[in-house]
Amino acid sequence: MPDNRHDPDNRPFAIRTFEADVLKDALRKMWLIRRFEEGAEDSYTRGLIHGTMHLSIGQEASAVGSCMALTDDDKITSTHRGHGHCIAKGAEVKYMFAEFFGKEEGYCHGRGGSMHIADVTKGNLGANGIVGGGLPIAVGAALASKQLGRNDVTICFFGDGANNEGAFHEALNIAAVWKLPVIFVCENNKYGMSTSTERSTAVKNIAERAVAYAMPGRTVDGNDFNAVTEAVGAAVARARSGEGPSLIENLTYRWRGHSKSDRNRYRTKDEIESWVAQDPIERFRKLLVDHDIIDAAEADTIRAAAEAEVAAGIEFAKAGTDPKISDVTRYVHAEAKA
Amino acid sequence: MNVPTTVEKPGSRELSYAEALREAMGLALERDDRVILMGEDIGVYGGAFQVTGDLVDRFGTDRVRDTPISELGGAGVAVGAALTGLRPIFEFQFSDFAMLAMEQIANQAAKLRYMLGGEASVPVVMRMPGGSGTGAAAQHSQSLEAWFGHVPGLKVVQPSTPEDAKGLLLAALEDPDPVIIFEHKMLYKMKGEVPEGWYTTPIGKAAIRREGTDVTIVASAIMVHRALAAADELAKDGISVEVIDLRSVRPIDRETIIASVKKTGKLVCVYEGVRTLGVGAEISAMIAESEAFDFLDAPIQRLGGAEAPIPYNPELEKAAVPQTPGIVDCVRKLVGGQV
Ligand SMILES: Cc1ncc(C[n+]2csc(CCOP(=O)(O)OP(=O)(O)O)c2C)c(N)n1
Ligand SMILES: [Mg+2]
Repeated sequence: MPDNRHDPDNRPFAIRTFEADVLKDALRKMWLIRRFEEGAEDSYTRGLIHGTMHLSIGQEASAVGSCMALTDDDKITSTHRGHGHCIAKGAEVKYMFAEFFGKEEGYCHGRGGSMHIADVTKGNLGANGIVGGGLPIAVGAALASKQLGRNDVTICFFGDGANNEGAFHEALNIAAVWKLPVIFVCENNKYGMSTSTERSTAVKNIAERAVAYAMPGRTVDGNDFNAVTEAVGAAVARARSGEGPSLIENLTYRWRGHSKSDRNRYRTKDEIESWVAQDPIERFRKLLVDHDIIDAAEADTIRAAAEAEVAAGIEFAKAGTDPKISDVTRYVHAEAKA
Repeated sequence: MNVPTTVEKPGSRELSYAEALREAMGLALERDDRVILMGEDIGVYGGAFQVTGDLVDRFGTDRVRDTPISELGGAGVAVGAALTGLRPIFEFQFSDFAMLAMEQIANQAAKLRYMLGGEASVPVVMRMPGGSGTGAAAQHSQSLEAWFGHVPGLKVVQPSTPEDAKGLLLAALEDPDPVIIFEHKMLYKMKGEVPEGWYTTPIGKAAIRREGTDVTIVASAIMVHRALAAADELAKDGISVEVIDLRSVRPIDRETIIASVKKTGKLVCVYEGVRTLGVGAEISAMIAESEAFDFLDAPIQRLGGAEAPIPYNPELEKAAVPQTPGIVDCVRKLVGGQV
């Protein structure tokens, strides 16, 4: 952790670290995530898309805040709740919608859908349908970076539920033993489907598990953009300078049910409302206004632009091309060069 | 329909496939204190497909146990508990996630009795929702029967009706060895007559769902229903199709299939798993090696899943597994001497 106690500038970390334009873009991305997911939900309800989806509404500060210290060369691995990570890492919503609509224009040419969405060109190695599936993969990406003498780091997003998979424990151990440039970002939204961390996890804070793997562990308010950027930023700096992995736990909450099959029987309305009152986007907007980065009118403009982008994205997707049925086995193997 | 069952049916009523499974588990929990259910979100959530439903309200959280998201650990705990006196029924949320537990299933559960020279028994039941059709794409839609069917020491069943869902689950529970039950997700809501009370459907016994004389179709799970629909269609052209519901992948009911092929002289295998090295390959080989070979008057046909992961796009998803028109087509060509 950088020691800021003697810093004459005692403004919050994010404000003193990032240019105004970068902060505004972060706010734009957070709104883009919120509106994207609302748009996806609406399209699903109207029968325009099928399957299921896992919405991250309420967790936007974790996705965007964590990616603040990354460049396009850095990598992330994502989860089934991955739309936010995808947008935070720079994906365009129109290609994401095209994927949801099963179109060739989509990031995965309609083969993957919500649960496997990825924009590899931006360093997003993919959402994953397997809880914990991304953890060893992220460690592998970090190994490649180190072995090839590159400077890129990998953020591995995963949920509180994933921390009980064997893959979590094996991945953290290997990353520590080999001192790899990977940052494990646990998005602890209190539940893995219906099972609370109290019922699933022996430690109180998941970050405590870092001790077992000899790496730093920190638990932060994951709805506080500033706290997330500071903690993950320090871990990214540590990874980049060759000091090895870290485990950051972002405490957050998903406002929506786990997926389309959720009847919300395991949590109370009061609990949900108490978290809605901690809206990460509103908190970040207020931070920016309080520090004169933007005024209310400009914030509204940014939000309206995000809304327009989402609306245009849905239209783009609707007009997309359906894959040819005869292409059902395409992309299973590399195609012979013509 | 000719559905052989082992015991008398005291009375029956209509239940869905999921309800039939739940009823079986409820009966087992009532009858035997050693029975416990384990799995992810099977308690208050009721299971991802609402199969365990309200069982937690009736039997409590000690007997309907939510596990952490730990398939390897959870399955291993079930194996250890079965080894030492409990009768666990372990639910995988999706059969795809059983791959995380392969070690405990294939190296431990399947082999312990053998490795210990018959001195140990692992009476565990593993429930696995499988199959495509939900738009859940590559990692939530697989049909992995053949994977598990390849392991000596396991028994693998695939009910296609609510009656068999209950009967096979209870048979699995009575079995002294590990039994994997593949439940097809697209059948959970399907209704059918289900006998009341405790009864078992024998493991290793296929069912002739429709008698016919021209072609034998051996199908499993949802493919049975597509094969029956195809048979209806083909009957209009005067083609008489016998539809065999495999029900059990391991052991396979040789007698029923061989007898049918000897009668019809033609065999089509229809299964959802990937075509190559799948259940249909085994059945074809079995016929080729048997006395039924001499009775064949056309090449054996296999209709299976495409050589690809299950795609997300709904039309591609449909194209990736056998559908009724494809079955009709295949049989027509076969009967017309075009293959
Ligand atoms: C190996 C595996 N087990 C179970 C599931 C089913 N499943 C999907 S998401 C989920 C909950 C995951 O919880 P968490 O890691 O906390 O992520 P969250 O959904 O809260 O974002 C479960 C049980 C799965 N996809 N993969
Ligand atoms: Mg969670």
